[in-house]
Amino acid sequence: MTTIDLTQVRGLFFEESFENLDVMESSLLDLEIETFNEELINNIFRAAHSIKGGAGIFHLDDIVTFAHNAETLLDEVREGKHDINQVLIDLLLRVGDILRIMLTASKDEVEYDTQEMQICQEALKKALIESVENIEEIPTVESESVEESVENFVEDIEQTSKEWHIEFKPELPILKTGNDPINLFRELQELGELEIIANTDAMPDFADLEPQLCYLSWNLVLNTTADRADIEEVFEWIIDECELNITESVLENSEPKVESQEESEPVLEIIEETPEVETSATEEKTTVSEDTTYTEKVTISEDTTEPVHEEDVVNKQLHTQSGTNSIRVGIDKIDNLINIVGELVITQSMLDQIGENFAHSDIIHLRDGLSQLERNTRELQENVMRIRMLPISVSFNRFPRLVHDLSTQLGKKVELILSGEHTELDKTVLEKMSDPLVHLVRNSLDHGIESPEQRKQVGKPEVGQLHLNAFHQSGNIVIQISDDGAGFDVERIRAKAVQKGWITQEEKITEEQLYEFIFQPGFSTSEEVSDLSGRGVGMDVVRRNIRALGGSIEVKSETGKGSKFSIRLPLTLAILDGQLVRVGNDIFVLPLLSIMESLRVQTKLVNSFTGTVEIYKLRDDYIPILRLYKLFDIENTTTKLEQGLLVIAEGDGQKIGLFVDELLSQQQIVIKNLENNYKKVQGVSGATILGDGNVALILDITGLIQLFRNQTKSPPHLPLGTIRYE
Amino acid sequence: MVHKILICDDSVSIRQMLALTLIDAKYNVTESKDGMQALELAKQNNFDLIITDINMPLLDGLSLVGKLRVLPEYRFKPILLLTTETDPEKKKQAKAAGATGWIIKPFDPDKLLAAIRKVLR
Repeated sequence: MTTIDLTQVRGLFFEESFENLDVMESSLLDLEIETFNEELINNIFRAAHSIKGGAGIFHLDDIVTFAHNAETLLDEVREGKHDINQVLIDLLLRVGDILRIMLTASKDEVEYDTQEMQICQEALKKALIESVENIEEIPTVESESVEESVENFVEDIEQTSKEWHIEFKPELPILKTGNDPINLFRELQELGELEIIANTDAMPDFADLEPQLCYLSWNLVLNTTADRADIEEVFEWIIDECELNITESVLENSEPKVESQEESEPVLEIIEETPEVETSATEEKTTVSEDTTYTEKVTISEDTTEPVHEEDVVNKQLHTQSGTNSIRVGIDKIDNLINIVGELVITQSMLDQIGENFAHSDIIHLRDGLSQLERNTRELQENVMRIRMLPISVSFNRFPRLVHDLSTQLGKKVELILSGEHTELDKTVLEKMSDPLVHLVRNSLDHGIESPEQRKQVGKPEVGQLHLNAFHQSGNIVIQISDDGAGFDVERIRAKAVQKGWITQEEKITEEQLYEFIFQPGFSTSEEVSDLSGRGVGMDVVRRNIRALGGSIEVKSETGKGSKFSIRLPLTLAILDGQLVRVGNDIFVLPLLSIMESLRVQTKLVNSFTGTVEIYKLRDDYIPILRLYKLFDIENTTTKLEQGLLVIAEGDGQKIGLFVDELLSQQQIVIKNLENNYKKVQGVSGATILGDGNVALILDITGLIQLFRNQTKSPPHLPLGTIRYE
Repeated sequence: MVHKILICDDSVSIRQMLALTLIDAKYNVTESKDGMQALELAKQNNFDLIITDINMPLLDGLSLVGKLRVLPEYRFKPILLLTTETDPEKKKQAKAAGATGWIIKPFDPDKLLAAIRKVLR
């Protein structure tokens, strides 16, 4: 038996199958009721078909069976035998879910709950128009028949040899089908001893001879232990294009042992033939691998952590597949890199040449070369970064299904609009944004968009709109989630804030300030804890996640018209816009995004709070001052507040004034992980290497605030920035 | 002589499976992911055998066979279709399109090689 290592193909099969399921799902969601969209239906069919085909190779029999039923139904749909209705779409969505569960279980080699599958299987069978007998005849895995034939073969050896007379007359154009009779004869020869007699009677005169036609017919005598089916199998492909007459006559006095030895001889010949190609085998492999390297699209496997309903075991299993650490990169991106590296090499050799016999007059060439090098480097950096970039559609694509399911569950009508799906962002950012996005979408559906009746009452169209949009804006990615629902209930937010003791009944605050409260831990205006939202994972978590990525979230709402969340994210986590600051002889980097302003200290505005903490009065705020030189124990530095600068930075909603000697330049900083190379240091998020080769620490504002609190024992109850003096 | 085989399937795993089996059997293998790509590759190279799936995007397997058969260099070349259908109707369609024969998916490496031996020696 041929044995090849299938483990890598197996991995590929699962990866591909999950992609196919995604295609199937999105195509199903795009299908419109009562509309026959051939392309979409073909997509769905192909997905089921590929899964079945692949599963067969790996002997995943239950998947083959299940997918086969789905395929049969889809085939009928394709032929227009079924109405495209919601029931059908829901059934097929369910099929996708079950296949996902089955595949996940097979991939992880664990058991899954077969009950759901059987229910779905029954539903599938019921939906089929064709008779049940037809379905029962499922092409189970071929291996069985292989084993059978092996068994048969073993039996056959012990059976007596038979002489078969075969009259074979192919149709004239047989060669045009690519079938060559000589190959068939060789095939027969493998079964036993073969005598071939060609019949040239039908040959026309040379003048009339068409060289592309086959005028010959043959009488064959085959001496074999094989049975009729084996012989017929040889002619399987051309059975309809020839006259074939197979008759048997049992050989007397045959000696099976000897026969079987003779039988194996032709096989041996063939094996002997192969070594001559062996020499070029390595070459071959290279060519093949070149041929196989294209990848058409960039995908990552779906993220795991979508919140699911506890009771819905199926859904839970559905999303247990873990995110892989691999990334598929479009060949164009790789080609670009190769191009740039090529140019880099040219630049380098050019600089080399200049350096060899350097004269002062060459300085102009040197400058050219250096600026070319700079361009190459920048391009290389940009392109390398692009490899990590994935289109946001990877994340958006899950929403049609989510919205479909949720709106059905909530009895709401919602149209989901996606735009800017091609906007690319860093893979890590994308993965980490997945949960916050799901949360926001759920919120919109649950609290934002009203029921069709309510919408009708206020004169809005019954179908609510939920819009997910992504775009670039000044070096950031902006993701917006907006709906045309009821907007925030300002009064309820206010009541809740009063109840929580965040504000007093009389206090006048703006709507924007009110919205700020929804991001506070423990905030939920929902009266009842619903199935979907209000289970403790609040907007505070959403904001914390976004901030952890160096992003921000803001919200706009208009009562009765809807609300809009805007999330602003950095393009990548690997590079940061930094502000260099000097403290003594040390240089630190502050993330530019977290800096609000920097100012000269007016000493009369500095107060001392409980003797240890210095507070700076900035307009209406009181901001604690953190003297970085004290924290990091730096000597030879400015200690008088009025001689240095105060950088007001914000981290996790709290402000702090960092006292530094002076501000240096702003620049893009490549973040190096400190944890991997040294250890985790609170208040420091990483390090970078500056142009002069020195290492500078990148400060983490949130961490600094915590550190500061621990040192000064200041209570963490309120945002520091809102400490008020009475 | 090393036989050059073009395989065409939109499923990466089936393709890999085919390729691994064929490379292992010392054939020279070229892969393609849809009918259009296969047609282009076929025009640029002179393959000894083409194995193609039926259900594929852009250009399905049956149409691919039709388009190959009108090319002089592929008039007599063996072309095998990969199919999951055991249905005789499908086989008839395959023959009508000009295919040499078919390989039923899922296939076992030995069955695959046996099928190829029917057309390549």
